[in-house]
Amino acid sequence: MSQRKRAVSASQNKTQRRSQATLNEDEEEASFSQVTSSQVQRARENFTSDQIDRKVAEVVQFILIKDQKKIPIRRADIGKHVIKDYKLLYTDIMNRVCRTFEQVFGLKLVETDPKNHIYILINKLDPIQGEPVSMRPVTQKKGLLFVILSVIFMKGGVIKENLVWNTLKKLRVDPGEKHDEFGDVKKVVTDEFVRQKYLEYVKIPHTEPVEYEFRWGLRAEKEVSKLKMLEFVGELFEQDPQSWTQQFREASTQSTVDTSSQRTSS
Amino acid sequence: MSRPMADSHRRFLQTMMSNGIISASQAEALHKHCCETHGAHYVADRLDDFINVINAQLQPLFMYIRKGMSEENGLEYYALVNMTETDITRMASDYADNELELFRKTMDLIVDSESGSASSTDILNCADSLRTKKLKKKETELVLNKFVQDKWLNEKDGEYTLSVRCVVEMEQYMRTIYQDLIKVCHVCHNIALQCQMCENPACGIKVHLPCAARYFRARSDPHCPSCNDFWPHEIPEMHRFQTQSSQNLPSSSRENTAPTTSRRSRRS
Repeated sequence: MSQRKRAVSASQNKTQRRSQATLNEDEEEASFSQVTSSQVQRARENFTSDQIDRKVAEVVQFILIKDQKKIPIRRADIGKHVIKDYKLLYTDIMNRVCRTFEQVFGLKLVETDPKNHIYILINKLDPIQGEPVSMRPVTQKKGLLFVILSVIFMKGGVIKENLVWNTLKKLRVDPGEKHDEFGDVKKVVTDEFVRQKYLEYVKIPHTEPVEYEFRWGLRAEKEVSKLKMLEFVGELFEQDPQSWTQQFREASTQSTVDTSSQRTSS
Repeated sequence: MSRPMADSHRRFLQTMMSNGIISASQAEALHKHCCETHGAHYVADRLDDFINVINAQLQPLFMYIRKGMSEENGLEYYALVNMTETDITRMASDYADNELELFRKTMDLIVDSESGSASSTDILNCADSLRTKKLKKKETELVLNKFVQDKWLNEKDGEYTLSVRCVVEMEQYMRTIYQDLIKVCHVCHNIALQCQMCENPACGIKVHLPCAARYFRARSDPHCPSCNDFWPHEIPEMHRFQTQSSQNLPSSSRENTAPTTSRRSRRS
């Protein structure tokens, strides 16, 4: 134990004289990038594989719990609350964590904010229609979301909020009334979906009274296939998806989960 | 020899995670649905094998999908359990510290009781003496409602019991905390809260109501399986605790005869 501490403190330079426990956030972040490969090698030798396995499990748990609340996960938090003394092995551990999420859960850890190192977990499995009826109304909400996303997409990526409410009203989902399935529809759309990063709900500047517009959120960009959406719309209107040239072009060039999402990096 | 995980398993796991706890019949339907969606080979009645594949992968993460029985209706449920939880950390992110303390105290009352339940009056008294921060009557009622809504507790006529979700997900925690104080069913060996008890003071074994229904089925002269004394309690009827048929329908008409309430046995 003391050997490791000496090795670590010897190589950590003047900015990290204070003990691990009192590092503030900025230093926490900085400590990620000041690691040399020899430090990592030494650290690998200092922990048993059982200990490292355990850490991987703890990080997976931590991320799952945060994700359940749809709270984006910050690398600094992972470091401070979970990894702690194993900081030098951060990359090793996170690589295994990512692999675990993909292989066991079918989820992908995606960096939404490369500057501040914030991650979300997204679903790698294709969204499907019709889950067994007896499940909670998670799918109904997804249906609602899909409708909104498709309107935004077909209209070029940005729409005023009125368009969303009018569309929903036509489907007999009135944001002004309490809905049997969704409850407070406005809250679900402007709060829940936004918090989950499926939608963005942004004030339009210089509007009086204040108006808002909707865009796709980052999670939607990563999880929802625009091509599939266009196919669906095509079926609805009995038109060839390619007849919407702009949307088709956008859908064809969408970087989805399978192609280019960045892996986490230290 | 463990089969590798496929998308069908992953979807099953994801659905379990977002639902918390599902009944065995929902699990059967989900198994079929997941296999069909991902073109995997589906064999009915092989749900446990399917789940074992998932559990093999979850084991290094200290998690597993566990099967448990509801004390209320005798039906089986599947829940995702965390082996490393030595505290009620599962609830930690949803409740304030004093609410968690109230939950622990409620659990204490329930485990301590003969009936496996705690009255709202007793819980309200606890709320008044919390170490963290006292809860007023109205606040306590709201928190209790939340516990029920989040499926940690069941409520009937002002009496609160631990839900099947609570018992299945927190079995590890409860055994650690209560050790010998917690009763175990003589028939199925799981934690027993709502149960019948042998009246022989030297014996005192406990049996779940659904387990009693199964064990003493159609016996006019029931005797304690341990000490052989006469079993003085009213044996619940089997049809109240219909076990799962292995049909793949989400809910067959036969299953819904189980009432949602359970009669308490008369104690002498």
